[in-house]
Amino acid sequence: MTSTVSVLPQQRATRLAGLGDAIFGGLAWGFAITVLVLLTGVVVSLVWGSLPALRTFGFDFLVTTSWNPVTEKFGALPAIYGTLMTSTIAMVIAIPVSFGISIFLTELCPPMLKRPIGTAIELLAAVPSIIFGIWGLFVLSPIMQTVIQPALIATIGQVPIIGLLFQGAPYGIGILTAGIILSIMVLPYMVSITRDVFETVPAQVRESAYGLGATTWEVVRRVILPYSRVGVIGAFMLSLGRALGETMAVTFVVGNAARISSSILQPGTTISAALANEFAEAGDELHLASLLGLGLILFLLTFAVIGTARLLLLRLNQQFGGH
Amino acid sequence: MDAALVRTRKRRNRVVAVLSYAVTALGLLILAAILWSLVINGVSAVSHLTLFTEMTPPPGSKGGLANAIFGSLVMTGLGTLIATPVGILAGTFLVEYRRGTAIAELVQFVNDMLVSAPSIIVGLFVYTMLVLPFGHFSAFAGAISLAIIALPVIVRTTQDMLLLVPNGLREAAFALGAPKWKVITTVSYRAAFQGLLTGVLLAVARISGETAPLLFTALNNQFWSNDLTKPMASLPVTIYQFAMSPYADWRSLAWGGAFLITFAVLILNIGARAIAARSRS
Repeated sequence: MTSTVSVLPQQRATRLAGLGDAIFGGLAWGFAITVLVLLTGVVVSLVWGSLPALRTFGFDFLVTTSWNPVTEKFGALPAIYGTLMTSTIAMVIAIPVSFGISIFLTELCPPMLKRPIGTAIELLAAVPSIIFGIWGLFVLSPIMQTVIQPALIATIGQVPIIGLLFQGAPYGIGILTAGIILSIMVLPYMVSITRDVFETVPAQVRESAYGLGATTWEVVRRVILPYSRVGVIGAFMLSLGRALGETMAVTFVVGNAARISSSILQPGTTISAALANEFAEAGDELHLASLLGLGLILFLLTFAVIGTARLLLLRLNQQFGGH
Repeated sequence: MDAALVRTRKRRNRVVAVLSYAVTALGLLILAAILWSLVINGVSAVSHLTLFTEMTPPPGSKGGLANAIFGSLVMTGLGTLIATPVGILAGTFLVEYRRGTAIAELVQFVNDMLVSAPSIIVGLFVYTMLVLPFGHFSAFAGAISLAIIALPVIVRTTQDMLLLVPNGLREAAFALGAPKWKVITTVSYRAAFQGLLTGVLLAVARISGETAPLLFTALNNQFWSNDLTKPMASLPVTIYQFAMSPYADWRSLAWGGAFLITFAVLILNIGARAIAARSRS
């Protein structure tokens, strides 16, 4: 009989396995928590960084329009207005267009073209936003300046009330141009989600409607839309979240003027454009803190929109078990 | 009366169909126009080989994008190297360790939020964490902000791909007495390998064109730099700077850079799709 305390090979293997599991499981846990820490870190750093500005200007930060680094007066309103206005224009254009394309892809498209067009749209959703920005600056802006804006000024610009939105000189760049570029940029993204949502409608349901003699439009209107309403709204809101926070596509063409004009043809700015333009050069503390304050507003705005969208899509997934 | 109703319904349907065709044509036309101007303006810039060998020039003179291309490769590479293990393990945690629990749902929800978060916000965050305390911009801070953007993409795909691995495989390995970490690394990862690779490639594609988070982390550098603690040039930031300038040479280089990035992103996406398609068949 040996009185040794040495462990049997199996026991050592078990112990090693236990150690391996502890290390691997611990790392996995730690990295999953990292995701939570990152989001918390973003909130804390933005709030902490913008405190000097919030303390100096208080609520006025949200509602004043002056943005002047020289006199150290900072109000976020022009940037907030620009962000909301460009995103609204983008949505007004992109929602009907993406809706039409999604109907085309799910109901009208010949099967042969379905995959190539679908793939092309998904690839375009991956094109970096700076590409849309550079195209907007060099190609779209001249067209806006020479053709579209003069036409708008001459026609809608003459109508009372609505005409106020379309007045002034045609600069080419401005709020409207930024909104159009944004709409082009979110379009592929919006279409690919809307199409996916449309396709969660079971074939039997759709085909039963066709079998009863419904037209394509009636199937879309009475079957697909009621069935996928929540998902479609979710898709639109995700795209809105993207448009609100988009930087490069907008910075090139918005004009970067911190002011609010009644006309959407005039230059303006957005939160993201102001950050891209001024942040690296912001010297003094108050300017930096005000820019971080803009970042905080953008963060709250986009996360409210994206959070709602995700909750809607989550509800849809639980309801139908699809992706 | 019935015939009239049928006519109205048909007419309405035709109107919608025509509108639908029209907006699809319009959408494809605009997107084709963007690619077209990219090719027209980009190819002439890329066809000069000096684009790949010379540094970014001072205003008004000829040059290339060598330092910006190098900087983009370094920061994208480093960002991917950091995000890949973290993202894959975090995704593993969600599927292999805590599937269906409250903590997994929370992490998944937060991760989905991060996927759609504005990238400029990530730049602000990294600025306050890694630039402000050290007092200078650095390529390392740029790489970290790219890693933060790549991370949620990798977590998401890892999670989706591991969920597709049949439980029978795992149970068979457990029955042989394999410890959990071994089951995960040799069975789950191997079964999902192509899917995981797809996720990483998509993440690389996503960050290689990111501009906003680099603007105030890595900043820019007119010269070649190997130093991770110094500002470093990158293609997107250089494109931004050059395109906004009034100099024709700079603008032409900006188009060249835009062409290169789009090309790289499309190749990465097509590659990822090909891998995903092969693993499915």
